[in-house]
Amino acid sequence: MTDATPVSGVTPRGTKPRKRLTPTNIMLYGTLFVASVYYLLPLYVMVVTSLKGMPEIRLGNVFSPPVEVTFEPWVKAWAQACTGINCDGLSRGFWNSVQILVPSVVISIAIASINGYALSLWKFKGSEVFFTILIFGAFIPYQVMIYPIVILLRESGEVLSAITGTKIRLMGSIWGLVIVHTIFGMPILTLLFRNYFASVPEELFKAARVDGAGFWQIYFQIMLPMALPIFVVAIILQVTGIWNDFLFGVIFTKPDTYPMTVQLNNIVNSVQGVKEYNVNMAATMLTGLVPLIIYFASGKLFVRGIAAGAVKG
Amino acid sequence: MTNVTVKDLTLDFGAVRVLDKLNIDIQEGEFLVLLGASGCGKSTLLNCIAGLLDISDGEIHIGGRNVTWEEPSERGIGMVFQSYALYPQMSVEGNLSFGLKNARVPKPEIAKRVARAAEILQIEPLLKRKPAALSGGQRQRVAIGRALVRDVDVFLFDEPLSNLDAKLRADLRVELKLLHQKLDNTMIYVTHDQVEAMTLADRIAIMRGGVVQQIASPSEVYNHPSNKYVAGFIGSPTINFFEGSIMDSGGEFLSADMRFPLTGYEATQGALTARPAWLGIRPEAVITGTDVAQQPFTSDIIVELVEPMGSDTLIYTTLAGTAFRFRMSGKATVAAGDALTIGFDPAQGSLFDKSTENRL
Repeated sequence: MTDATPVSGVTPRGTKPRKRLTPTNIMLYGTLFVASVYYLLPLYVMVVTSLKGMPEIRLGNVFSPPVEVTFEPWVKAWAQACTGINCDGLSRGFWNSVQILVPSVVISIAIASINGYALSLWKFKGSEVFFTILIFGAFIPYQVMIYPIVILLRESGEVLSAITGTKIRLMGSIWGLVIVHTIFGMPILTLLFRNYFASVPEELFKAARVDGAGFWQIYFQIMLPMALPIFVVAIILQVTGIWNDFLFGVIFTKPDTYPMTVQLNNIVNSVQGVKEYNVNMAATMLTGLVPLIIYFASGKLFVRGIAAGAVKG
Repeated sequence: MTNVTVKDLTLDFGAVRVLDKLNIDIQEGEFLVLLGASGCGKSTLLNCIAGLLDISDGEIHIGGRNVTWEEPSERGIGMVFQSYALYPQMSVEGNLSFGLKNARVPKPEIAKRVARAAEILQIEPLLKRKPAALSGGQRQRVAIGRALVRDVDVFLFDEPLSNLDAKLRADLRVELKLLHQKLDNTMIYVTHDQVEAMTLADRIAIMRGGVVQQIASPSEVYNHPSNKYVAGFIGSPTINFFEGSIMDSGGEFLSADMRFPLTGYEATQGALTARPAWLGIRPEAVITGTDVAQQPFTSDIIVELVEPMGSDTLIYTTLAGTAFRFRMSGKATVAAGDALTIGFDPAQGSLFDKSTENRL
């Protein structure tokens, strides 16, 4: 009879022991480490610089931590930095951005979710064609549409003024920009919602119809509560997209109503006076804070929603 | 009285004709099972009756009313789906009362009906739970309850037991039959499971390619299948077919030099005449042991494979050049290679025309 015990003298039993220091692990964690350093280093430089005074910055040690920590640049970026004739810092842009963001996100998601719901569950003659046209909209370069939209907003503003008898301006106002954001968010959001609702079991929809629920009842009472993950995804996409938008902001608004990104650009790129790197860094981080918070707060939900929407096409 | 009538129902999906001029009359209180392989149009027919699919031509009458153009909720039907289709964010109670709320039934009435359905289906302790916290059998019971509270005359079942495991399926099958005996509603039940069809149905409609092949009682379908497809579809293990021809007098069937006497065969289309045909013999019709000598047909065979199933034993062999299965008692001690004498009465089998495959 031969002995089955291996050479080392240990009988294999239970959980297989794992080696930690294998070439695979070294490669894996090494790559991850390098990648994270690559992305985190600029952020580190920004934080460090924003906490230094100008004399310290002039010394040129970009990576060294601040000797004297000062929050002066943050205060200045938020409340005192000048763009053009306005010297109330980024706070003006922040509130403009909020005023643009909230209605844009709410309106675009409301419309797109109903679009997606109708296109996946209430198919009508030509619904596929309609959907194709809508998706096609996502592939047309923005540049082509900018000038027509400027005219459209200007003219429709005048038409509205004539109808209501009050002066309504869409071009150069926050509401004009809200409309533009809503329209441009439509293709991708509709696609997102349509695919999500297409993954909902069809029998559920049939059961609701047998139960006598109509278009809106099925939407509000059955589909909406089921679609929360995809709503989170849509909100994240829209909030970050609209918050980070620069092009539409600079075209469709005036200096008074510039969103935060445009104002940031004007602060950082101002040609007069000394370049205040610490203020610029603080201003940039303030502007990036909103999307950053959104990502951190909703990371898990985001991944879940994306995965849920990707199940079926 | 007729309760559900389908007249000349035709349905096209684009260029494909799924249902072709289909006619079915269902009596009040009848349990009709639509049986067929997947893709035969049985679920489609049910969806048409429910009003979930727009039909291309024909009429649907429920309870003496022409409901062809009416919404599903207005047709007086309740429906149970294979995947249960419970509203995930609502409690069991919410699921049961959703349809009634939509129909603006007064609250006390809703409470009464939900309580009654919960009592019938024994789901009272589950009323406050969400569907995710229920087992498969409980979910399907809630789904049946959702049809029950609607107080309708016609229940539609779309493969309601297919998602359950074998034991639960058998249990719920019995419960469904009890429910039908208690309520006496008209029930239309779609399944691909012939056991469900045989046990539950008053009548079975066997469908193939959008056409009803035979609509008759389970015993009629089993003993006198109207064509070769139905004979092969119903029965497990499947029926044995012998290819051959009926001899001149109509008194004998000849297959690979083996003669099967047909004396006493009840022909459906006039007297038997000489022609090529199929002879179908059910595995259960075969007799072994002491009574063999009295059978009109006997033969010695060699056992090739034995499948013991507990309750009975399945024997595979070759007879008249074709593979042949038959059933023996579960207590039979047989092994591959044994020699056996088997006998049966070919006149109790089914004869089908070679070309049309219709029953003779």
